[in-house]
Amino acid sequence: MSIEFLFKTDPYSMGIEEKESFFTPCLRELTKHHYQNCNSYKKMLDGLQFEIKKDFQYNEIPFIPVRLFKNLDLRSISKEEILKTMTSSGTTGQSVSKIFLDKETSLNQSKALVVIVSSFLGSRRSPMLIIDSKSVLKDRNMFSARGAGILGFSIFGKKVCYALDDDMSLNKERVRQFIDENKGKNIFIFGFTFMVYQHFIKELRKSDLELDLGMGVLIHGGGWKKMQSESITREKFKDELYELCRIKSVHDYYGMVEQTGSIYMECEKGNLHASLFSDIIIRNPDDFSISPIGQKGIIQTLSVLPKSYPGHSLLTEDEGTLLGEDDCACGRLGKYFKISGRIQEAELRGCSDTYVEG
Amino acid sequence: MLKDERDFRILNFDGRFDLEEFSKTPAMSPFNDKVIEYLDALSSILRGNHEAKRFPDVATFSFYCRKSNLLQMKEKFENGRKTKLGRGIVFHVAPSNVPVNFAYSLLAGLITGNSNIVRVPSKDFEQVEIISDAIIQLSKQECYSEISKRIALVTYDRKGEATKLFSSICDVRIIWGGDGTIEEIRKNKMPARSFDIPFADRYSFCVINADEYVLDKSHEKISRGFFNDTYLMDQNACTSPQLVIWIGEGGNVELGKEIFWNSLYKIVKEHYEIQPIIAIDKLDNFLNQVVEIEGSRLIPGVDNLLWRIEIDKLNERLDSFAGKGGYFVEYHAKNLGEISSTVSRKYQTLAYFGFTEEKMEEFVSKTFPSGIDRIVPIGRTLDFSMIWDGFNLIESLSRTVEIWGK
Repeated sequence: MSIEFLFKTDPYSMGIEEKESFFTPCLRELTKHHYQNCNSYKKMLDGLQFEIKKDFQYNEIPFIPVRLFKNLDLRSISKEEILKTMTSSGTTGQSVSKIFLDKETSLNQSKALVVIVSSFLGSRRSPMLIIDSKSVLKDRNMFSARGAGILGFSIFGKKVCYALDDDMSLNKERVRQFIDENKGKNIFIFGFTFMVYQHFIKELRKSDLELDLGMGVLIHGGGWKKMQSESITREKFKDELYELCRIKSVHDYYGMVEQTGSIYMECEKGNLHASLFSDIIIRNPDDFSISPIGQKGIIQTLSVLPKSYPGHSLLTEDEGTLLGEDDCACGRLGKYFKISGRIQEAELRGCSDTYVEG
Repeated sequence: MLKDERDFRILNFDGRFDLEEFSKTPAMSPFNDKVIEYLDALSSILRGNHEAKRFPDVATFSFYCRKSNLLQMKEKFENGRKTKLGRGIVFHVAPSNVPVNFAYSLLAGLITGNSNIVRVPSKDFEQVEIISDAIIQLSKQECYSEISKRIALVTYDRKGEATKLFSSICDVRIIWGGDGTIEEIRKNKMPARSFDIPFADRYSFCVINADEYVLDKSHEKISRGFFNDTYLMDQNACTSPQLVIWIGEGGNVELGKEIFWNSLYKIVKEHYEIQPIIAIDKLDNFLNQVVEIEGSRLIPGVDNLLWRIEIDKLNERLDSFAGKGGYFVEYHAKNLGEISSTVSRKYQTLAYFGFTEEKMEEFVSKTFPSGIDRIVPIGRTLDFSMIWDGFNLIESLSRTVEIWGK
């Protein structure tokens, strides 16, 4: 089933039933595709005693934990077809996820991102301020999540300006000049949540620099994990951005390197939305059954994009709650939800030390 | 070099701990009267403590170190050999996530006549506090000073130099905590004659004779025992069975499985709560296993509390896929002999039901498994013994002075 039509459709224009009519056949086909083309994936489904020949619904498709991409090289393409390998930005020493992309999947990821993000930014390219340093793009061979994010979002901008120097210090002069040059224009600001907080908000707090980014739209992502230790809420994050530099429009997004492109954008009402490219299901950790609206559970993410690797149905390590379907006050159709954070690490008894020093 | 005390904190000395002096304290003879009196006093304090009653592990320990038990051990040990002494200083590195292990480790070091430096668990466990408090209480009583001065309960920042310091003066280093900890601790040099007793990551399993099992009347008791063997420690103890091997006639095995797992599930449902991350761990472990060990099949269960994975063939790599919080691989073997070639050095405890001791002895002496250090009935895998993980602690922590006549 071709997903071409999705690139010409408003990504939030279908109600649940209409969406299911293409989403299930599409995901079913992807499942069969990976079953045939990825031997490890076939073994997994056989081990789970999944009936691949049945006409299963999209919510019956097995989900594989995202961390599986760290231990195993999972791909449904030949070595020769690999265009690039994306890696998650794990901290030093930790193993990283490896995601193998071919031309088709990579292209579809970019196209999906365009469709989703332009529905927030508009289709005209604006001057772009990136709250990061240019050095993050250095290693073009192994794409890090941060680098890939910046490159992916750069297509929405022109006259790109990096706000940070290589040592991650805010270059105030450069930012001021950029703003002066683009007075009266819409400005697209992009950055990773923690970078924006650590190297932009905190720096502006300290300085008496007055920036007017009133025409700016900030899109940020990467998770709130590090922010929790700074005890800053979403509201405070937005309030500070308004107070420090007049940014009114701030959109968080939820995405992962394992499903690049089909990201979940935060609407004006502060809710994250599934687009037509993807869907979420909240799973009850007790038995992996589907949790109803309002009940917290583990987030499963499904996406129509991953064709070169079996990542179309994933179990994340994030907890969240489905808030509703088709009835968000912002007017977008589809599921909307919120994320409460990472699942707590295990507190285990037993002889093998959970704390390994080093 | 033995003076940098800022790196660590001694719990049972009031600011007058001198490591130099500590390291010069002579070893005593194993099972001497003083140490037995001391441990019996410790046992009394613990048994008289109301708080302690809430913790079965503390209760078991206090029972273990009472005088009558120690005297029994002494009798077994002595066998006419009177010229034994402790090795000197034992440095115990206790695991951070098992509360009472440090106490057993200390007991082994003390009873063999040694001075002991014990790194207590870094996590806050009430059990650790209860036992430490009892030791501190005894350290204030003059009559136990000979023993108290041979104990140093320490806490310190693992990033500091303390491990290096204590390693440099010890005669034996007991390392709990698995492969990762052992590798880290071993970066710290010891004197040439000193040695480690390392408790590495291990893999344990269970064998049930279905022909006997289906006839047995104590199914609930067996399941309760198996629950204690596994879930009580999140199936994360080195002694917790991971693999369940059934032996017997096909119909009996099928029936046995049904009775066994159903009765276990009831207990688990009532007494165990699964952490969300453990549910993901199980799925992750299974999918990794299935890629490597073909033919692994998940038996559909009610929920995530109890996962059963069937295999058609034993595989040498099974011990790389140890699960947590109720993840069991199952296999129907023709006989005990079939298991032996799969049993690697990593295998530690074999829990059994429906076999005689003689049968188990025969299994070991005729089939020569590379691993297995203890074979115990289901329900007793966690019971401590002075022979632990294949090491005879009493023998290892003492030395013999040979005296020849003419």
